[in-house]
Amino acid sequence: MADVPHTGADFVAPAEVEDVELYHAKSWITKYVFCQDAKVIAIQYAITATAIGLVALVLSWIMRLQLGFPDTFDFIDATDYYQYITMHGMIMVIYLLTALFLGGFGNYLIPLMVGARDMVFPYANMLSYWIYLLAVLVLTSSFFVPGGATGAGWTLYPPQAILSGTPGQEWGIVLMLVSLILFIIGFTMGGLNYVVTVLQGRTRGMTLMRLPLTIWGIFVATILALLAFPALLVGAVMMLFDRLLETSFFMPSIVEFGEQLSYGGGSPILFQHLFWFFGHPEVYIVALPAFGIVSDLLSVHARKNIFGYRMMVWAIVAIGGLSFVVWAHHMYVSGMNPYFGFFFATTTLIIAIPTALKVYNWVLTLWRGNIHLTIPMLFAIGFIVTFLNGGITGLFLGNVVVDVPLSDTMFVVAHFHMVMGVAPILVVFGAIYHWYPKMTGRLLNNGMGHFHFWVTFLGAYLIYFPMHYLGFLGVPRRYFTIDDTSFIPDSAESLNAFITVAALIVGFAQIVFLFNLVWSLKKGKESGPNPWDATTLEWQTETTPPGHGNFGPNLPVVYRWAYDYSVPGAKEDFIPQNVPSGQSG
Amino acid sequence: MIIAVVLILLTVGSVLFHLMSPWWATPIASNWGDIDLTIDITFWITGTVYVAVLFFVAYCLWRYRYDPKKQADYEPENSKLEWWLTGLTAVGVAALLIPGLFVWNQYVTVPDDAVDIEVVGQQWAWSYRTPGADGVMGTSDARLVDGDNPFGLDPDDPNGQDDILVAFDDLHLPIGQPVRVLLRSLDVLHDFYVPQFRAKMDLVPGMVTFFWFTPTAAGTYDILCAELCGEGHHIMRGLVVIEEESDYQAWLEEQSTFAEQIAEAKYDAGDSKKLVMGVDENSRPVKLNN
Repeated sequence: MADVPHTGADFVAPAEVEDVELYHAKSWITKYVFCQDAKVIAIQYAITATAIGLVALVLSWIMRLQLGFPDTFDFIDATDYYQYITMHGMIMVIYLLTALFLGGFGNYLIPLMVGARDMVFPYANMLSYWIYLLAVLVLTSSFFVPGGATGAGWTLYPPQAILSGTPGQEWGIVLMLVSLILFIIGFTMGGLNYVVTVLQGRTRGMTLMRLPLTIWGIFVATILALLAFPALLVGAVMMLFDRLLETSFFMPSIVEFGEQLSYGGGSPILFQHLFWFFGHPEVYIVALPAFGIVSDLLSVHARKNIFGYRMMVWAIVAIGGLSFVVWAHHMYVSGMNPYFGFFFATTTLIIAIPTALKVYNWVLTLWRGNIHLTIPMLFAIGFIVTFLNGGITGLFLGNVVVDVPLSDTMFVVAHFHMVMGVAPILVVFGAIYHWYPKMTGRLLNNGMGHFHFWVTFLGAYLIYFPMHYLGFLGVPRRYFTIDDTSFIPDSAESLNAFITVAALIVGFAQIVFLFNLVWSLKKGKESGPNPWDATTLEWQTETTPPGHGNFGPNLPVVYRWAYDYSVPGAKEDFIPQNVPSGQSG
Repeated sequence: MIIAVVLILLTVGSVLFHLMSPWWATPIASNWGDIDLTIDITFWITGTVYVAVLFFVAYCLWRYRYDPKKQADYEPENSKLEWWLTGLTAVGVAALLIPGLFVWNQYVTVPDDAVDIEVVGQQWAWSYRTPGADGVMGTSDARLVDGDNPFGLDPDDPNGQDDILVAFDDLHLPIGQPVRVLLRSLDVLHDFYVPQFRAKMDLVPGMVTFFWFTPTAAGTYDILCAELCGEGHHIMRGLVVIEEESDYQAWLEEQSTFAEQIAEAKYDAGDSKKLVMGVDENSRPVKLNN
């Protein structure tokens, strides 16, 4: 146990590398628009992601109106419906969650928390945002082209994605694929920055095992993304060729509405393998930053060190590694070789072990803590509940034979919304309430925060918990209307209407949150530099919000891990990471 | 302390909802009771963990609520506790996985006495084929599909001549007879899904996929497409009738073979029976000239 990272101060390597001079903005344009400061880029990412996320939210309302009250709204037809589910899914997964966690929180927090002045490649970092913005604009434009956006489902499975029975076959699918390619190019520029900054940009004394878990989560998620997105890139390029040049990478011989097409010899299942080789790690690209951030929220607001730090780090690394060998659990009934089921069910259920350990350690962090029920803490608790729920239903879907009756039903929709929709978004909210004071110098309004938390958390639970039971009943997903069947009772329609009403309420409650963000900018209570008495470096900056270069003339030197809360004998109940051991008591 | 009370209510409410809600799996009509059993096992194990963890969280929130006179414990790690929890979780996971893989082995092992039927999917309708008197299906290829040969059977294959073809009508199956369902798609992915059978599998153009089951309860059941297949996905429905062997044979008698249909098509030459799907004025898919 000699190397236990929490034993206060020990050896700090001498400074060998001189401080690198940063690029200093000379005009308003280079300071606020084409800016190379990671903090500004973070906010640009966050605003763009939120804006496109609001589009996805509105699309979800229209879907829910159709599902809750079929045959009521003439302005929603089947074509619209399939376009909206597709765009909602893709926006939420890629353009909102991935961009917000990595481009947003990654950019803001990595340099500050590792004690760096900025990302190591600020220019590439700036390009990353502008290419992301271009990807978002290309995606949005697909609503306005002839034929409209693609309705292929966010999984874009060929052959239907590029055939005429699917909406958006003319332009929508092309723009979707081009937008994804742009996103991946932009992300790669940002992603290389995040990884290299964590590896090379840490300040003196900041060993890897002293990094806050937020950084571990974002760091490993970025590595996953850099390794997983290329599979999607390949799939997107090949499908673009199939669509535009009539190659047949994914296209076998096809008779479309009685007409022979010129395709032949390709494999639709190959695309599914490529898609999920990206798509499953993608779940963890969203989840791991949430895991990291929630660990820090729980620790700070329970005034207690995160329980089992080293186990938490290894669990993040293990989950990241395992996430590359579980992809085909999305394909148990795809027609792939059925014997794959044995392998992928086993790997998938093994991943539950490190994941469960993380849940235990979050809960054990609360145990014997001194819990401040702040807004970030409430959202962190909401995360534990919804993530536990979604993780458990993952054990149904991951266990190959249990998946057979449930796959492609509303159970799947409920599961993934709970585990990678609701749970990470609750963390996003918690994180915004937590770090907003650092970004603006003011606290978000507490009353509006409470309203926002309770409506969002309880509302989301009421939306998705009952939805699982529609799946048990056998209600398939991606149905514009279920109409008459012999097995779905009328009461299921009432449940659908209830879910729709809950979804509308939760959606509208977000207006309060957005208002709070703007209102508190000027009217919020002043926070001071460290309102939560937190130990990590971003709270120890010279100015709040931190200026260009983050820290004062000298970078902080780190003497201890990030979790010295309630250390026995210490004067206060927290000791910042840059306080030498002699001054801790 | 509201949050602790809410968590208790949420946990209890979830359990009550599970026990009392009217929404649960349809009565099973196939041999796959073991799949339902694996769901039950999963429910018991994971449900216990869910309730236990949430109650413990609620307890911690109440017991360790903020008190300015108190200080949190300082215990960075407890390897013993963590390994115990890891070990217990591993046991729980094994208890889920072992029965699951056991039943999956049955799912992928087709019994020797299973008879073949073929399901053919296309946007947005179901068709079926049985092997006919010789018990062997003729070969097929999407390239051979035309107005006179909507199934794409090889007209030169003797095995295919007596194959019975059922286009866009109900499927009938005899009760108690294991069937291997061969799945073929002419255009895009589909999925043959009958909730009461529990089993399902995708249809993939360019290849033949399969699953097997034994119908165990007479009745008429809905067939749905469970893999997004275009804007008519939700109207791609069908019916399967499970009946006694004698009724099944009577139904088979009424159907025509591939050879008969080819002969009829030649007789009707000029009167195209090509199936064309289209979209009506409300963008709902329809069969235009069936």
